This record gives sequence, C-alpha cells and structure tokens, in this order.
Amino acid sequence: MTHSAPPSNHNDQPPITPQMIKDHGLNKEEYERVLKALGRAPNLTELGIYSVMWSEHCSYKSSRLHLKKLPTTAPWVICGPGENAGVVDIGDGQAAIFKMESHNHPSFIEPYQGAATGVGGILRDVFTMGARPVANMNALRFGAPDHPKTRHLLAGVVAGIGGYGNCVGVPTVGGETNFHPSYNGNILVNAMTVGVAEQDKIFYSAAAGVGNSVVYVGSKTGRDGIHGATMASAEFSEDTEEKRPTVQVGDPFTEKLLIEACLELMATDAIIAIQDMGAAGLTSSSVEMASKGGVGFRLDLSKVPCRESGMTPYEMMLSESQERMLMVLKPGREAEAEAIFHKWELDFAIIGTITDTGRLTLVFEGETVADIPVDSLTEDAPIYDRPHVETAKRASLAADECPPPADYGQALLALMGGPHGASRRWIWEQYDHMVMGDTVQRPGGDAAVVRVHGTNKALAITTDCTPRYVAADPRMGACQAVAEAFRNLSAVGAKPLAITDCLNFGNPERPQIMGQIVGAIEGMAKACRALDMPVVSGNVSLYNETNGTGILPTPAVGAIGLINDASHIATLALKRADDQLILIGETKGHLGASLYLWQFHGQEIGAPPPVDLGAERRNGDFVRSLIESGLIDTVHDLSDGGLAVALCTMALAGHIGVSVDLKALSEAELPPHAALFGEDQGRMLLAVPPDLAPDILARAKKSGVPARIIGQCGGDRIALSGLCDLPLDDLRTAHEGWMPDLMAQNLTAES
Amino acid sequence: MKTAVITFPGSNCDRDMRVAIAAVTGQPPQAVWHGETSLPDVDFIALPGGFSYGDYLRCGAIAARSPIIPALIAAARRGVPILGVCNGFQILTEIGLLPGALMRNAGLNFICRDVHVRVETSQSAFTQTYEKGSVIRLPVAHHDGNYIIAPDDLALLEDRDRIAFRYASAAGEIDAHHGINGSVGNIAGILNEDRTILGMMPHPERMIEPAHGGMDGRPLFEGVLGALANA
Repeated sequence: MTHSAPPSNHNDQPPITPQMIKDHGLNKEEYERVLKALGRAPNLTELGIYSVMWSEHCSYKSSRLHLKKLPTTAPWVICGPGENAGVVDIGDGQAAIFKMESHNHPSFIEPYQGAATGVGGILRDVFTMGARPVANMNALRFGAPDHPKTRHLLAGVVAGIGGYGNCVGVPTVGGETNFHPSYNGNILVNAMTVGVAEQDKIFYSAAAGVGNSVVYVGSKTGRDGIHGATMASAEFSEDTEEKRPTVQVGDPFTEKLLIEACLELMATDAIIAIQDMGAAGLTSSSVEMASKGGVGFRLDLSKVPCRESGMTPYEMMLSESQERMLMVLKPGREAEAEAIFHKWELDFAIIGTITDTGRLTLVFEGETVADIPVDSLTEDAPIYDRPHVETAKRASLAADECPPPADYGQALLALMGGPHGASRRWIWEQYDHMVMGDTVQRPGGDAAVVRVHGTNKALAITTDCTPRYVAADPRMGACQAVAEAFRNLSAVGAKPLAITDCLNFGNPERPQIMGQIVGAIEGMAKACRALDMPVVSGNVSLYNETNGTGILPTPAVGAIGLINDASHIATLALKRADDQLILIGETKGHLGASLYLWQFHGQEIGAPPPVDLGAERRNGDFVRSLIESGLIDTVHDLSDGGLAVALCTMALAGHIGVSVDLKALSEAELPPHAALFGEDQGRMLLAVPPDLAPDILARAKKSGVPARIIGQCGGDRIALSGLCDLPLDDLRTAHEGWMPDLMAQNLTAES
Repeated sequence: MKTAVITFPGSNCDRDMRVAIAAVTGQPPQAVWHGETSLPDVDFIALPGGFSYGDYLRCGAIAARSPIIPALIAAARRGVPILGVCNGFQILTEIGLLPGALMRNAGLNFICRDVHVRVETSQSAFTQTYEKGSVIRLPVAHHDGNYIIAPDDLALLEDRDRIAFRYASAAGEIDAHHGINGSVGNIAGILNEDRTILGMMPHPERMIEPAHGGMDGRPLFEGVLGALANA
C-alpha cells in the first residue's frame, strides 16, 4: 500500500485524542485499523469520515455476515441489494424499484422532522435509480398508548409523513401501526417507496471515466444532521434530547423539484452515475460511487454550495442536509444539465473530478484536508461475527391453558375498539393516498393496489411483521412475516415478486439480541426461498434500545406483487347480503403468542403459530387464481386476532353483517375462543355468491386446499354460534372511535 | 378545443388534471410552465392542486406572483373559463380573481377522504350538468381548506348564486358536523361574478373513472368542456 503525505491540518484541526475516538463511536481495534489503512494518524476530518463509514448504519458490520444468507435472485430480479433500491421486472419493458428504510432514532428525538426526512430519504433512493415514485408505505411501532410520550410521537410522526409525502405528491397508500411498551423509549418508523421506471432507463451509482466531472445538485449543505449515522448506531439514554441537532430538517418542496429535475435529466443520456446523499451525506455518496466504480474522487470542498458561511470540511463531509444528489456526467453535458437544474431553481455545482488514484482526496481553499484510500472505507470496514445465542424455544400453549372471554360480544368490542384492532383511519386520512390518480385499493385493505400509470397493470404493496411472534421465536416469527406478506398480496390477486426488509433490533453486542438477528434472518431466508420472494433491498437498524432495554425484535417486511389486470382484484369489504363465507386453510385454534392472549390476559407466552410454507403457497396460489379468473372479488387474510378480527373487518367495511357457525371451522371440536381468536397461519376468508360456493369447494379439493363454508353474510349484526349477537353499529362506534379519542385526550391534556 | 394546465413549482396534481381533461376532450391539454409570460390561445385553463412553493408564506401566495399571472388575469377578463382546484383555488383567491381566503383546517390536520358536497347552482358552465340540490361524492386532500370571507362579501356571494358547492351529508344536509374544515357556510367551491371562474377544494379530477371508486367529478369536465365544444 502506498501512503500519501499527511494532509495539512486545515483550520488547525486538533490532534486526535482517545476521547475524540470514543466520541466518534470507534473502538480501539477499529482505530488501529484506521492507522493501518492510512499508514499514519488521521486528522479530524478523516476520523469523522471513517467514523460514519464504519458506523453500524453504513457498514452493516454486525449483520453483513448473516445478510448473505438471504436469497437475492430470481429470473425477474433486475437488481438486488447493494444499489440504492431493488429492481424487479414487471413486464412490458418496465421495472418496479423499491426499498424500505428505517428512521427510528431521529423520529424518537424529533418526530415530525425524523419521520418526514425518513420519507424524503427513501423517495430519493428510488428516484435516484430513474424511477418515478408512485407509492409510499410505512410501518410504525409506538409504545403503550397510555405512555406519556406516545400521543406526542404518534401525532408528530403522522404529521411528518403526511407533511412530506403530501407535498411531494406521492400517495401514501398504506402500512401498519402497532403499539407495545417495548417501543416506549424507541419507536420504529420504517418508510417504503415504490417507483416505476423503464428498464432501459435505470441508473446506477458506479462512477466511471477518469477526468469526468463530479456534480452536486439539490439543496445547499448546512450544519444539520452532523453525525446522524453515528447517532443512529448507538443506544439511547437519558440525554436523548441533547441529540436533537443530529436530526435533519426536511424540505419536501425542494424534493419535489429535485424529483422533476432528475427525471428530466434522466430522460436524456447525460448521466453516467448518480447517488443520493443520505446517511453520512457527501461522505457516503462519494465513497460509494468511487468504490463501486473502482476509481478515485478529488473533491474541492470550496465549491460545495453551503447554506451558511464558515463551514469546515469536517462539517461539509458529515452534514446530512436533505434533498441533495451527487452525479457523474458525460463529458461536455454539464451545461445541458445545469440548465435543467436552474429551471427548477436548484443548486448545481461541479465540485470535483474522477481520478485514477483510488483515493478520496479532499481539497479546501487550496489545501489537501483529507486523503484516504477509498477501499479502506468500504472493503476494509470491520465485519463482526458477533457471539449469538439462539432464543430459547417456548412450549406451545394448549387452548385450555388460556381462559375464554366471559362475554364474546364485549370481547369483540374490546378487540376491534382497542389499540390493536381499532381503525387506523385517523392516521391515513392525514395522508394524501389518491394523488396521481392510480390508487385502486386505498388504505385499509390487505394490500394497497396502485395501477401502473397508463396501463391496466397494477402493483400490490404490503408491509408486515408480528413482533410478538418474532420475540417468541425469531426464526418462525420472521418466516411468518414473509408468509403474511405473501398472503396479503395473494388476497388482492397479486403475484408476489420480491421483498425489501427493515431489520429493527436492539444492541447486537448482546448475544441474546444477536441471536434474534441471526434467527430472524435465517427464518426470513427460508420463507423467501419457499415462496419465491427474494430480498432485493433493505436496511438494518440496530441499537434500538433505551437504557439497556431492547425493543421487540421487528424484522419488518415490505413486499410487492404484480396484478396483470387491475379490473380483477379482490377487496375485503363484503359486497352482497346473501354471500357465503368460505374459510381457506386449516384451523387448529393456536393461541400461543396471540393477540387474544396479549390483549385480554396481558401475556406473551407460548410458541407462535407454526408456518407451513407449502400450505401457505398452495392456499395463496389457489385464491389468487380464483381472483385472476374473475370468480371471486371478496377476500381477507386471517392474521392478528384470527377469524374474529377478519370477520369484523369485512363486515364493517361492507356495512353487511355476518352469521358464523364456529363448529364448522374444523373437524375437531375446538373451544370457541380458540376457533375465534386462534392465529393459525395460511388462512383466508372468502365471500362468494351461494350458487358459486360448490364450485369453489370442488376446485379447492382438487387443488388440495382446505376449504369450508363457515357462515353467511347478511343483516346488520355479527352473530357467532349463539355466543354473541353484536350490532354492527356498536362495533363501528368502538372501532372508529378509539384512535380519535386517544388523540383528542392529548389535546385536552396539553391545553 | 384547446386547453391548458398551468404548472407551478410544487404543483402535484397537474398530471391528474391533464389526464382528466384529456379523458373528456380526447386531446391532451398544453402544459404551461409558471415562468412563461404568455398563455397559448386556449378555450379553458386549469390551475391544479399541489403545494406550489411548498405552501411557504401562505398557500398560493408566491405562485400568485408568478410571471404567468398577468396573462392569466388577461384571459380571465376575456372570459376564458378557469378552473382552480385545491391549491389552484388558493392561488385564485391570492390573485384576487375570487374573493375570500383559505385558512388552516379547523381541526388542524390534513384531511384526505371522500366527502359529499351539495351542488348549490347549476347556473354555470361548470355545474350545468348537475342538478341543483343534488349531492355528489368527491375526494378532498388539503391542509388549508377553511374558507373565510367578510360577511358583506358572503351576502353578495349568496345573493348572486355564486356558491357552487357546500360540504353536506349524503342526504344533502348542511350542518357543522359535515363541515369538514370549518369553512363558513360549509362552502366548498365558489364562482366569480361572471360565472366563468370556479374555485373548489374537492378534486373532481380524482373521480372520473370507475377505478377511482366513483365518477362524480366527470360531469363537471363534461359540462364546461362540452359547452365549449358546442360553442
């Protein structure tokens, strides 16, 4: 290795002290690696660059070894993990580009800006690759509803997601929201964007062409978000509030301009490579582009557009100011590109050139202020095989170990009108979910359905994870998350294509947590293989702990599927008063780790429901084929809360009652509460006209799919085997009232 | 027939508006950039929804100072029909082509959902295809739709039959409960004195085909654009 002369200590950069190394989140061994890579001591700017590039957030140093276990390829995968987002073929020369990403730590510190910039960041990951974003989703986890911070965080996060997505004009079409005390001190905000591009107009980040210009576009660089990536790679403690300056501030208006300007430039052939400035800003974008292209970058930081004067190279390199991109243009195309960005009133600056040195060389006011071998920041980044212990298996729980409710009607009211089953309307009505005119299935369904503009094709999108299951058994729980995504996509009639994941866990330096991570990745890998849904993008968020208490392990799955004919989809709302209800899949009354157990008995015990991936696939394929052939239009998957929640949801959405015989659920005699609230996997509920039912049952039999008529639609009540007879109106009042009431309390308390 | 949709920086329903107009006329409208100083010779102009200039300062306030605005005002004086939806409505009030102002929703939250509005007059090119008193369902998506106007000016609007739509129940009742955003008199859309300009918060362009879940917005376009085609 050749070592350069040490750069000058611009602005009298102080010598590196052990405290400074610690403050930059590097341990002693990691600092030794820096010394070895440079062949000398770094200056402060260089230390900052190593610090962010080797942070957990950027380097995946704890998870990388295990992420390799995930399947990432399929004939329809155009680009898997490693680029800004994953790319899959959706036919007709088009591609869907998508990714989900966490913005947990910033959202806890500053919910509005944290969530808003989470949306902004994931949008950029998608349009950087040449796609017009067409849908946003989000998976949110908050603490207990009565925790003093929950309402503040919920209101802020929802307003932030809406504030950004609404302004940018990309519909926010769905997601999921859970409450659990383990998130009291560390909420999860996972945002997903899906975009559509032409396959011959997909842009990658590998820089090429020695001598070519490196161009900075978008917003100016300010002092916000410095050390965001490092902050996101550490646990929280009492002094969390002091970390507010590490949170970025979003400007969705600029993002909208940036989308339009980039897409306008992308319609030409002027771009060689492009990368958004996300976590670790200018540092990670330049390093990744140079590293992937096997080239060096020489950047003149004096040319970086700055929001305020007096910014140091250290601040410029570590700023996480939003709405910025780095590009490499073909020689001679700079003026054309500049005209487009100026039309959109955005900054455009040539800040450097590509070199053949393989080094990141930073110059400021004529002096070299950093000079680092690019590969040392990426390939030499530490990779840890952290010690891990497998999560102890829990015994499965028999139904009689779990008492039935005293009053089934009250139980349904409590479930559908409680934190877990209540309507999320208060949330999604704050999101513009219709802009762009292609939202076919609005929020509230099993999966959102968004038409591919100008075609009759559609994309189905879902996010899923049941952290209770993952805590009980990481392997099975993560497997279930993928299976549920498969089921949700199938339930609207979509062919599942691929997933993106957000792996949210606690401190990986604790072997129990690392065991959860390893188990979950392996469980996820198994399900992805069996269901042909490779992982094409994602991120890992670790250190989700406050004062040493970790969150429930939450490997959130975002999945997309393709619908060839958008006029043949299914929705969950009941549609006809005399339809018969057909249950697909086997019911065994599994109550372990169930919502019933948690909500009514405050217990999180027992093994989670086992997932039979073969049955899951068979049942999903069967239901999808019925939808595709136009035979059925009413389907809902069974998940949290089992049949009870599914029935109530379908009835409420369709304003039609149901009458169900719980004995019809299985051959074996099940206790009614197990039949009703059990969370056996691989199940879906269909509502079909009576004259069609025999045909559906015959087809199911032929396909080896369990199917039983369990009741019929009609009336305005939920009637269950003489156990309850609940007016739909009462159920609706409880279901729609819970969240507005919760949030109104907040206003009263604050006023 | 020639139509135009003006796009401001931050407009985001401009494509939806162009699609709706093209669906009814069979011809794509011209996209006009806010930085132009003249409008093409057109028979109809739409100002789309969105967040022009990020809603910074006041919704529509900066867009109302765009280079294109003098040409828009001149077209208005010539009687060219102008439709402003959502942010387009806000811009029209900021220019002064329509009276009143749109404030932050009374509930302070952004609202996106289908609402019922009662058609208050069929005496305009925009509303002639609806029956007066009929109730239609259209989506809203706004943070600042709380319409206010001075009492005298309100009396004038009512006097001259210039209120086009009011938020209502499905049965057509006008009451505070169905006033989604605090607008005075549940006003959702108004006409200018000459009945050639309509500003409205609900989005008719989001209800023009079955996939939208309703078609109640389509007659509005058929009305105003059909009247032009027949003229």
